[in-house]
Amino acid sequence: MDGRRKFLRNALAFLVSGSALGGVLKILPSSALAKEASRTGKWYGFGVSVDKCIGCTRCVEACKTENDVPKEPFYFRTWVERYIIRKDGEVIVKAVETKPEGVPESASDREVLRSFFVPKLCNQCADPPCVQVCPVGATFQTKDGVVLVNEKTCIGCRYCIQACPYGARYLHPETRTADKCTFCYHRVSQGLLPACVEVCPTQARIFGDLNSGASVMARFRRMNKIHVLKPALNTEPKVYYAGLDGEVR
Amino acid sequence: MTNEIFKSLSEILPQITGFIYPNEIEIHWGMLIVVYPYITGVVAGAFILASLVKVFNVKEVQPLYRLSLLTALSYLLVAPLPLLSHLGHPERSYEMFLTPQPSSAMAMFGFVYAWYLMAVLLLEIWFVYRTDLIAWAESESGPMKWIHKVLSLFSKDRSEGALAFDHKALKTITIVGIPSAFLLHGYVGFIFGSIKANPWWSSVLIPIVFLFSAIVSGVALVILLYMVITPLTGGKINMKCVDKAVDFLFYAVIVDFSLELVDFIHRVYQSEEEIKILSEMVMNKLFMSLVIIQVLLGMILPLGIISVTKIFKRRFSLNEDLRKMLYFISVLLIQFGIFATRWNVVIGGQMFSKSFRGLTTYKMEIGGIEGLLYALVLLVLPIVILTVLLKILPPWKEMKGEGNGKELTGEAPLGGMHAPEA
Repeated sequence: MDGRRKFLRNALAFLVSGSALGGVLKILPSSALAKEASRTGKWYGFGVSVDKCIGCTRCVEACKTENDVPKEPFYFRTWVERYIIRKDGEVIVKAVETKPEGVPESASDREVLRSFFVPKLCNQCADPPCVQVCPVGATFQTKDGVVLVNEKTCIGCRYCIQACPYGARYLHPETRTADKCTFCYHRVSQGLLPACVEVCPTQARIFGDLNSGASVMARFRRMNKIHVLKPALNTEPKVYYAGLDGEVR
Repeated sequence: MTNEIFKSLSEILPQITGFIYPNEIEIHWGMLIVVYPYITGVVAGAFILASLVKVFNVKEVQPLYRLSLLTALSYLLVAPLPLLSHLGHPERSYEMFLTPQPSSAMAMFGFVYAWYLMAVLLLEIWFVYRTDLIAWAESESGPMKWIHKVLSLFSKDRSEGALAFDHKALKTITIVGIPSAFLLHGYVGFIFGSIKANPWWSSVLIPIVFLFSAIVSGVALVILLYMVITPLTGGKINMKCVDKAVDFLFYAVIVDFSLELVDFIHRVYQSEEEIKILSEMVMNKLFMSLVIIQVLLGMILPLGIISVTKIFKRRFSLNEDLRKMLYFISVLLIQFGIFATRWNVVIGGQMFSKSFRGLTTYKMEIGGIEGLLYALVLLVLPIVILTVLLKILPPWKEMKGEGNGKELTGEAPLGGMHAPEA
């Protein structure tokens, strides 16, 4: 009798602790393993050739038009930064305005060491910190590796905005929900290119399936030395930069 | 609405120094999120003070026991308000309970909160007041009788056995309560500390610093309330009790200060990528709130005042009124200091760009949901709730007692006579 009772008690304890442990294990590796998800099927990525960008910001305008991003200069799904590095080591960075005024002259300034433009957008991290922190799962990663926000369930707590190391997110002033680049998911899923890629006059921006062996993305990654932004944070960005300068953060 | 946002953001533009990502102009977590950790900190701290009596058997602070529980409850009831108010869609907040994301620290808020409110605070207060509630319901008439009757959940048992069970339950709840109070505020620290994108927040020490600053703010606030409320109700401040509570406060401030110092030294010594922008921020944007208010006025000065009081009390038997005044100034300064601490963590963490190349600025609104007035309302609201609670659940008998734990029914054997057996 005692033996049976003891057995039952142990079995119960085992089940309870087992399910608790299972719960913990379920939480822990899901984020740790997510980065290797979906190596079959499509897995979208983005390429930026820094040397090709001329800072015309057609991409910024196209993005704002295509995605109804507020025109005010506080909300961007994509933007272009201009870097001017002087001989004395000073680094001047400015977000290029869509209607440039008072952009510092760099061509004639003998003190400028090098200067270039860097387009920025959501890095569509394979291991996205924004998805990790969203309390309601309103921001999520699609099977093809694009991080999206469901504006119907987002509660507007802005934790994802805090968690994004790249400043890629903002709170949309009208919907009061988090918003960011979607790789133009509505276009991509129709076989079209993202708006910014479409309008780039120098093909500084390219887009494609990382799993495909014959895409422009594959060629881009084969032909260039590649770098990503803030690799130390282990977010595994899928926006790849060719010719990225060490000063860019 | 949107035009107002655009307007206030345009006003920030000229104040930006260096380069910041264009989406970073807006500070997303404003005054309300400063108020939130301040309030939960008080909850946790007040509870820790209460548990000093119950678990650690510090009899001198018995007069503060019920007051600190009621303080914890009044602040806890207000804690979700700043969070709810700052949401873009407060009407969707229930989603956090229905479909919480297990990997999100924030999603756990509802559960941690509910646990602390239901399983710890309400339960403990109910057991503490149960016999009193029965006695009040019997002796009173009118609506108060019914309020007390309902609050006692119609229990009537005042037998030896029931009292013994009350004591046992209280002890257990307090023992569960201490880690729960740590959980409540350590968890708030974790919300910030786990953001790897933000080097001002991302530190393993943050939850621990939050905990100790919570203890500091809670203990200081209860002392402050005790020193204000007691004369108002015609009682006499029990200096033995205040001395002891201030002792604890003193040590808590020292631990808190040391932890923050360790964090500071560590950052400066390691001197990583972000150190330049962080020091620029501290020396310019946060100089007043961090160096002056948080460190000098909120920590070093009260530490100095309390140490001087302690030294002189022993040597020259310092005048009681003077001591009272010095304590009062110290706990008041500490309150401002801790509020500044919350400010520096929350607002400071958003003032520098994650490009580490520039600073934005925080423009405080006066009106509106993110404004100063609403924040003040949220800070006063717990005091209003406390006033009501003090009316319904008066702790006067205990507060005016000598702190020997004898004068209360249902309280008497608790002071510690049971402790050695436990």
